[in-house]
Amino acid sequence: MIVELGHYVLVLALVLAVVQSVLPFWGARTAEAGLMRIGDFTATVQFGFLSISFAALTYAYVVSDFSVLNVVQNSHSEKPMLFKVTGVWGNHEGSMLLWVLILGLFGAGIAWFGGNLPRTLKANVLSVQAWVTVAFLLFIILTSNPFERVLSAPAEGEDLNPILQDIGLAIHPPLLYLGYVGLSISFSFAIAALIEGRLDAAWARWVRPWTLAAWVFLTLGISMGSFWAYYELGWGGWWFWDPVENASFMPWLAATALLHSAIVMEKREALKIWTVLLAIIAFSLSLLGTFLVRSGVLTSVHAFATDPERGLFILLILLLFIGGGFALFAIRASELRNGGVFAPVSREGALVVNNLLLSVSTATVLLGTLYPLILEAFTGDKISVGPPFFNLTFGPLMIPLLIALPLGPLLAWKRGDLVTALHRVWWAAAASIVTLACVLALFGTDAWIKAVAIAVAAWVMLGAIAEPLARVKAFSSPIGDTARRLINLPRSAWGTTLAHFGVGVMVLGIVGVSAFESERITTVRPGDTVDVAGYEFTFEGMRPNTGPNYQEIIAGFTVREGGTVIANLEPSRRIYPARNFPTTEAGFHTVGFSQLYISPGDPTDDGGLVVRLYHKPLVTLIWIGTLIMSLGGLVSLMDRRLRIGAPQRAKRKAPAVPPGMEPAE
Amino acid sequence: MTRLLASLFMALALVMPALAVQPDEVLDDPVLEQRARALSAEIRCLVCQNESIDESNAQLARDLRILVRERLVAGDSDQDVLDFLVARYGDFVLLRPPVNAQTALLWFGPAAVLVLATTFVLLRLRRRRTVTGAPAQLTDEEKKRVEALLRDGD
Repeated sequence: MIVELGHYVLVLALVLAVVQSVLPFWGARTAEAGLMRIGDFTATVQFGFLSISFAALTYAYVVSDFSVLNVVQNSHSEKPMLFKVTGVWGNHEGSMLLWVLILGLFGAGIAWFGGNLPRTLKANVLSVQAWVTVAFLLFIILTSNPFERVLSAPAEGEDLNPILQDIGLAIHPPLLYLGYVGLSISFSFAIAALIEGRLDAAWARWVRPWTLAAWVFLTLGISMGSFWAYYELGWGGWWFWDPVENASFMPWLAATALLHSAIVMEKREALKIWTVLLAIIAFSLSLLGTFLVRSGVLTSVHAFATDPERGLFILLILLLFIGGGFALFAIRASELRNGGVFAPVSREGALVVNNLLLSVSTATVLLGTLYPLILEAFTGDKISVGPPFFNLTFGPLMIPLLIALPLGPLLAWKRGDLVTALHRVWWAAAASIVTLACVLALFGTDAWIKAVAIAVAAWVMLGAIAEPLARVKAFSSPIGDTARRLINLPRSAWGTTLAHFGVGVMVLGIVGVSAFESERITTVRPGDTVDVAGYEFTFEGMRPNTGPNYQEIIAGFTVREGGTVIANLEPSRRIYPARNFPTTEAGFHTVGFSQLYISPGDPTDDGGLVVRLYHKPLVTLIWIGTLIMSLGGLVSLMDRRLRIGAPQRAKRKAPAVPPGMEPAE
Repeated sequence: MTRLLASLFMALALVMPALAVQPDEVLDDPVLEQRARALSAEIRCLVCQNESIDESNAQLARDLRILVRERLVAGDSDQDVLDFLVARYGDFVLLRPPVNAQTALLWFGPAAVLVLATTFVLLRLRRRRTVTGAPAQLTDEEKKRVEALLRDGD
């Protein structure tokens, strides 16, 4: 009964979305306040219905209702409760339901927190948001119904893919979807602005926090996915340039560009047309990502089920929204006028460089991801575009971006002075050059690539700090004054500093693990000790263990440094009988920012164990860096300026956090 | 206990593929092995989803890893090994696609986009500066905006 209710309210949500896609839009055209207001109501109730629907499916999973096909295919009565719940979105149908739930959440967010928006803009935004919702609800109801029953219910389910039975599934997809779908708001705003033919700084002021919120989630989601792959897939890789990863990386790059161009638009009314285009592109890339992953064009651990009918449906959605978006842009863009002029060397100029390089990087990743598909479609020839291609093309684009990054915030708006800017960061530049020299002295001139990369990381980190230091006149005015200025720095300045600093931290982690990793592949017998980068790994033997829905062999290792025991690690190999599927649970131990990593392999006939042992220097900085970047985004979201448009709400003790920041249901 | 361990081994051995590079594959000569690893990262495991043979657990990947090492020991250059694999499996085996007419757009696309975009931006900047020319008197609307900006502060 509850399952049918879930299905029923899903259809009701569709009906409401259809209403919302027409009436507020019509109201905005005919200036009828009543029609425009309907959007608030439908968005709220729609979100309520979607929540009930999602809760109904979750309920079916929690009670292991094996009369529901989706539960049969993806759950098991003995699965731990956490994975029963996360299993709801660990499959195609459920993950699409999560997708529209979040879409509904953002739509409702506009209704709730958009009180200070111009009425017609709000109505149009809600309608555009509803167009997207209608398309995806139709997709779910017509091709991917999660509530489908089976005629004769089996006694037991087929269990969830064991790789997905991990805390990562609880975190990675919801965060990623909050990011993906959050960009729908930027899209809806862009389309609404094009429909109205009006675009001003207030628009950017509104779009920026939503984009920023989506960006924070996307950053966290991607980095969580990377960390998950690192510890679960078994050999400690953290980025593979896999098409599915690229599918999430492209919207991130575009959203990063959008964040920066929206700043220019908000402050100086320049780059208007470009910002609107970027907003359309960013969400288009989200849709493209959804298509690539959900259609089965790409096969990977993410493509839960592949079905040509679904692929075609999503392709239609894709063409409709991307094509429609660009067509509307082509028709209306000429009516928008760009404001503020600026000299090439200025804050605006620096942000243009940022956008230029990020856009070209996005195009590069897009080209590399789609090229094999397109080539095969047209010529039938198959080629592979793998990590070597991306390292060769994407890498070089990042170097100028990273070198320019600390300078941007130091340039004045409108007309900047590069010499003055450099004067403020000379110490950071000097420190980076010293770093370069030290690395060269330590590792020889052959290691110049590593040396340059480390120096760039140092430059980005120190340069990020240089900006607020220069702003508060550190070292050149009394400490009291400096401290006071430091406290009074706007949050958005702190956000910039943190985010930029995080980029440097991440780069340092990437360089550390790529350039200085140690690896040993060997067969060990109980009592054997293997040395990796000065750490002694002693193999203690193996023992069997039975988990709730798996059996495993645990390999015991004692790790010593200079004779002292620093860790006992227990990596294991598991087998999940329901699917007869093996997984490797790596063992790892953190030393400072580095990690020791054990990946157990096959037992040999004579009681030995094949094992890969790693020392991964600074690897944790990759994810610490992305966390700092996200924190920067969060801090920036709390800036007073983002609430200036809502003075009445500020007085009413409004939440400092814009609506997008609330946790999902 | 021992019997349980043994039966679990059996179960695992049945379903478990070998794990990436195996100790028995590793060459004694560290320089050759280093080359083999670097080469392996450039070769696609043909039956896998976007994995190099260096990372893959598949049997085919193991066969190819051993093949690569055999060729290197026999004195082949890196390019010889790649040529040999391409002759056998086609360009699909290369994770770094070759530069030819078919892939020209792929390889030169990013640079072309960069050049075009940069040119576009520079032209726009120049045009805008010539259009605006010398600073003109503020219009009423601009004056209002200045006042508004000053009020907002920052």
